[in-house]
Amino acid sequence: MTARALISVPPKTKRGEVVEIKALISHPMESGYRVGPNGTRIPRDIIREFACTYNGEEIFRAELSPAIAANPFLSFCTIATESGTLAFRWSGDNGFAATETAEITVE
Amino acid sequence: MILPRRFCGWLTAAATLLASSVAAAADIPAAERRSGYEFMGRETRAMQDDDAANPGMLSVLDGEALWRRAEGPAGKSCASCHGEAHASMRSVAARYPAFDTARGRPVDLEGRINLCRTERQEGPALAYESRELLALTAYVAYQSRGQPIAVAEDPKTRPFLAAGREIFERRQGQLNLSCAQCHDDNWGQRLAGVPIPQAHPTGYPVYRLEWQSLGSLQRRLRNCFVGMRAEPYPNDAPEIVELELYLAWRARGLPIETPAVRP
Repeated sequence: MTARALISVPPKTKRGEVVEIKALISHPMESGYRVGPNGTRIPRDIIREFACTYNGEEIFRAELSPAIAANPFLSFCTIATESGTLAFRWSGDNGFAATETAEITVE
Repeated sequence: MILPRRFCGWLTAAATLLASSVAAAADIPAAERRSGYEFMGRETRAMQDDDAANPGMLSVLDGEALWRRAEGPAGKSCASCHGEAHASMRSVAARYPAFDTARGRPVDLEGRINLCRTERQEGPALAYESRELLALTAYVAYQSRGQPIAVAEDPKTRPFLAAGREIFERRQGQLNLSCAQCHDDNWGQRLAGVPIPQAHPTGYPVYRLEWQSLGSLQRRLRNCFVGMRAEPYPNDAPEIVELELYLAWRARGLPIETPAVRP
């Protein structure tokens, strides 16, 4: 199954308002430090980077580390300036890449 | 399996605590019945309450996709027979484990999904604790969120309820503990700083932070058996389904929380 993401953005808001954005994605975030049942180390498989753009302009970026739990949840705020699209991008080990978009209407 | 030191500490504390309470307490009265949710910290509750932050919801979404996917040589999906789950599966999980006439014994929700899988879709059964079976179970149980648990208590299920109760109350394992000693007699107390809940299966499959994943009630029960240093039952053993049935009866009236978050 492919990675599944849950995005929460207020669908409607007023200009200048501070809005909270939440992004949750399914990922095992295998740290690379655990040992499997056969005694060999389980190779690292984590998300390395997350970025969010608002109408093309980057508003939030995070670098993820092996210490972050499975299914990472990120929440951040931005100022609603204009109606448009929020685009989310996760990328990581083993060529992991996922994208998601959400629409926001500013009145 | 190597137990973490923290866990061994718990068990020593459990043995000391429980040695003093020999007399078996009665069943927990309805007014005092409380979900494990109420024993959790503020942050974990907030995680369960917000569907955008609850990682169990990712599995519910997976389950919805699986519900519509045709499987097996019959080429049928769950939706081919049952239609829209939010209508057809409403309150269903609240009645499980339920008596299956063909098998002559109760089956739990995972067991029922696998029966549909092998008999109706004519495909291979899904492995226990597989991502697919957990996701489908979570999706079906999610349709009963908020509905009170109400398993059947009738002449057919009564012998199995009694058998489940016997397992719950029987002392077992190297620590010579019963489930009831912690969860009937000493709920609300602490074991090495961790509250002892009443052990009501209200939110299964649950997203357990310790597991970093969704897991079934059977997996959770195996944890308890290993903790008592008793031999855990294998997947889908008749005894573990009887125990699940008794636990559901014991939690009757409490609302379903699937997918719940637990520490």
